[in-house]
Amino acid sequence: MRLGVAMVALSSLAWACNHAKRPAELPPVAKNQLRSVADFSVIADEEERSRALFLEASRVFLHPRCANCHPSGDVPLQGMDMRPHEPPVTRGPEGFGEVGMECGGCHQDRNLELARVPGAPSWHLAPREMGWVGKSPREICEQLKDPKRNGGKTLAQIVEHNMHDPLVAWGWRPGHDREPVPGTQQDFGALVAAWVETGAHCPTDGGKP
Amino acid sequence: MSIVVRVNGKEHRLDVDPEMPLLWVLRDVLGLTGTKYGCGEALCGACTVHLDGRVVRSCVTPISRAAGKEVTTIEGLSPDGSHPLQKAWVELGVPQCGFCQAGQIMTAAALLKKHPNPTDEQIDSSMAGNLCRCGTYGRIREAIKKAAGGAR
Repeated sequence: MRLGVAMVALSSLAWACNHAKRPAELPPVAKNQLRSVADFSVIADEEERSRALFLEASRVFLHPRCANCHPSGDVPLQGMDMRPHEPPVTRGPEGFGEVGMECGGCHQDRNLELARVPGAPSWHLAPREMGWVGKSPREICEQLKDPKRNGGKTLAQIVEHNMHDPLVAWGWRPGHDREPVPGTQQDFGALVAAWVETGAHCPTDGGKP
Repeated sequence: MSIVVRVNGKEHRLDVDPEMPLLWVLRDVLGLTGTKYGCGEALCGACTVHLDGRVVRSCVTPISRAAGKEVTTIEGLSPDGSHPLQKAWVELGVPQCGFCQAGQIMTAAALLKKHPNPTDEQIDSSMAGNLCRCGTYGRIREAIKKAAGGAR
């Protein structure tokens, strides 16, 4: 009897420990979906909730469909394996390529299904200081909040950009057989807006979605 | 609905599908066959022309994008083949099979317009998307330098 009680106590302790290590008791989510803002209401602490919201949004930031054009160097990437862009192009002075190799020379304002060339209005690279490749969610978060590295945007403008920008929207409609970023742009914009509303706290070092 | 496009200084009113690639219009509708079909996927540069002075791959550019704009093809680069690049190309005997050369020259022309005296690095980065299966890259680079010198 005493052995039984001890075993129950031990298993309860193990359960508590496991759950203590997982503060984000969030519902599971499919690879191609995003958790909704409401899913995060299980996290009572607002600062923790803010961090968790950013981590969820970083599933979009770090997806190759987005990160390929936020390279940390001068060459855009392509594909899910994030290989250097072919033909070989560089960002050029304004992020629109070099003369003779400008992004708009091939990329139209929409996807070309037959030629398989992806496209959206104003196709170009994010500035070098907005590079995300090789960075952690925390680093990207700090970068997004820094007007010197986010194109001089306020947090409200960051939300607007993520929620409505047509080039950002391409991530969900990449055309051909490309894997879209998870969820919808509306879900994503709502996550970023909720992150801002909860104080725009950044994930801790090592925080992963 | 007609699409009005200026090609090599001449206005054309075209009754074509707005999705028809510019290359098809140039070659099949207007009979300007100097611009070549290579890969059809904007990967080789053989179909390069200028749209309002900027380099585009005509094989993937819907004609609707060219509406109201000026298209320049190899036939319109100079009236008599006297563009410094064309002269340098002849003098150095750049082409081998020749198929890619119209695209090479059109990209080089855009480069020289922006950088009249390009460095090797600028030549390489601008010409990187124009493939030559004969491997005439060395002569292409020399001809660009020669034409740039001629422009001086």
